[in-house]
Amino acid sequence: MLTQDLSGTKAAAATEPSLLFPYVLQLADTSLILAHRLSEWCGHGPILEQDLAMANIALDLLGEARSYYQYAAELEGQGRTEDDLAYLRSAVEYRNPLLVEQPNGDFAHTILRQFLFDNFHYHLLRKLKDGPDAQLAAIAEKSVKEAAYHLKWSSEWVIRLGDGTDESRKRLDKAIATLWRFAGELTTPTAAETALQEIGVLPDYATLLPEMQAHTEHVFAEANVPLPTAVFAQLGGKTGRHSEHLGYLLSELQYMQRTYPGLTW
Amino acid sequence: METLEKVLTPEEQFQARIDADIRIEPKDWMPDAYRKTLIRQISQHAHSELVGMLPEGNWITRAPSLKRKSILLAKVQDEAGHGLYLYSAAETLGTTRDQMLADLHSGKAKYSSIFNYPTLSWADMGCVGWLVDGAAILNQVPLCRTSYGPYARAMVRVCKEESFHQRQGFEIMQTLCEGAPEQKAMAQEALNRWWWPTLMMFGPKDEDSPNTAQSMNWRIKRFTNDELRQKFVDMMVPQAEFLGLTVPDEKVKWNEERQAYDFGEVNWDEFWSVVKGNGLCNHERLQARVQAHEEGAWVREAANAHAAKRAAREAVAA
Repeated sequence: MLTQDLSGTKAAAATEPSLLFPYVLQLADTSLILAHRLSEWCGHGPILEQDLAMANIALDLLGEARSYYQYAAELEGQGRTEDDLAYLRSAVEYRNPLLVEQPNGDFAHTILRQFLFDNFHYHLLRKLKDGPDAQLAAIAEKSVKEAAYHLKWSSEWVIRLGDGTDESRKRLDKAIATLWRFAGELTTPTAAETALQEIGVLPDYATLLPEMQAHTEHVFAEANVPLPTAVFAQLGGKTGRHSEHLGYLLSELQYMQRTYPGLTW
Repeated sequence: METLEKVLTPEEQFQARIDADIRIEPKDWMPDAYRKTLIRQISQHAHSELVGMLPEGNWITRAPSLKRKSILLAKVQDEAGHGLYLYSAAETLGTTRDQMLADLHSGKAKYSSIFNYPTLSWADMGCVGWLVDGAAILNQVPLCRTSYGPYARAMVRVCKEESFHQRQGFEIMQTLCEGAPEQKAMAQEALNRWWWPTLMMFGPKDEDSPNTAQSMNWRIKRFTNDELRQKFVDMMVPQAEFLGLTVPDEKVKWNEERQAYDFGEVNWDEFWSVVKGNGLCNHERLQARVQAHEEGAWVREAANAHAAKRAAREAVAA
């Protein structure tokens, strides 16, 4: 619940759960879809320690997603549960950015996808934890500690792969060529996000960019990999225009709830 | 004591320690056969944790609720953790993880045959936790007192987590049995498939288990296969009744005189056939492990190459 001692901007958010609901859902979808992708590695990782690390990150993101879904359900006030929101919405209703639904590919793809997401996620949570919406702030406060570890893990792996062998470098380059175009969507606000930024519930993404950029430059320098110059941003996921990959992911994710409607598990 | 040591051979001193329930530690003298038996047993156990991730991993992406997904993922992650402690315990005996994995991949080392059965429905997640982990606990609790120190200590931690796994499996079954008719049918169908294979987890009958006597003497093993199988049946039959499920064995009957359940004969032909590699999933389980290892080779090489480069740079800088 939103706290009662609201300042002007807080009051604006409190009176507009209809603005906040789709955004919280977007955060939930994003963490769930990435957790799902990472969980596909479980039992198949390149080394046991990294199998554990990926399961661990997936668990963190899944926990974060559940907190958001529960909050979204509360904001909506229609009696839907976290499971209704996750399992009974179609691909066009999902609001995650395109990046997180991209297939795992090889370990270099998974690492680069994770790095691009973590770099945004961590910096966003640092702002959200001090934001005016008490519930979002509380979720961010818990998740930012986990996100800091995720970013450390994925950054170290970008460096290892870039500065490792010729093969790992080639694979990382291929991942960059495939995934870089999806990075821009994270920091390109939708109309819904802009509306929340205007009332101060969300940070202006432009304020996140300098630190995100500095971290990327540092990691790529350590990895001995030139920073990609391409700036084209493929948009769509956050407004429901997804790649074809999401439908398959959801058909697996939602299989039980769709096959046996209305049962308790 | 001094005179005793002069009189006793190393083997006799070793056995005297075992008989006095004094733990054997990595640097202690031990007979080669004891070392080999332990390496075989601990690595087989570690491999079982690793391969055991696959049948349950099969349902992580299809778990029916966010809560179940989270619990299942955490459980499979625990198994990876158990694999790590056990490989480390085996390494204290002078082998390496690379060597153990090579033996798994070549088929020389075995893992628990139970994981060569497929997981076909969500109720299988219940049965794997309730029955398979239940059987594993009966096998493993005595190992917390096994004679080799590092193994015994690893097992204390493993057993604590396994008992949580078993409870979550039972809870899945209970939810299904209290649910809609199709959920209860799903639970019964899964029990029908998993009951006999879990009885096989205790290994061949005592008269067909040539290593048991030596392992008991070394206190690596503390109960025979048949003793543990009987304990399992005695524990599980009332639990199945509580759930309203029927164990698929017409011969299951309480024996007042023995104060234990009588039960039918395991299909030993099936047991040996799966051990020999002919179970439904033997081929794909092993292939999945080999493939993960081979496809991960470039990642491990990259990590090593980067570590070496960094060490060289730091050496120059120093």
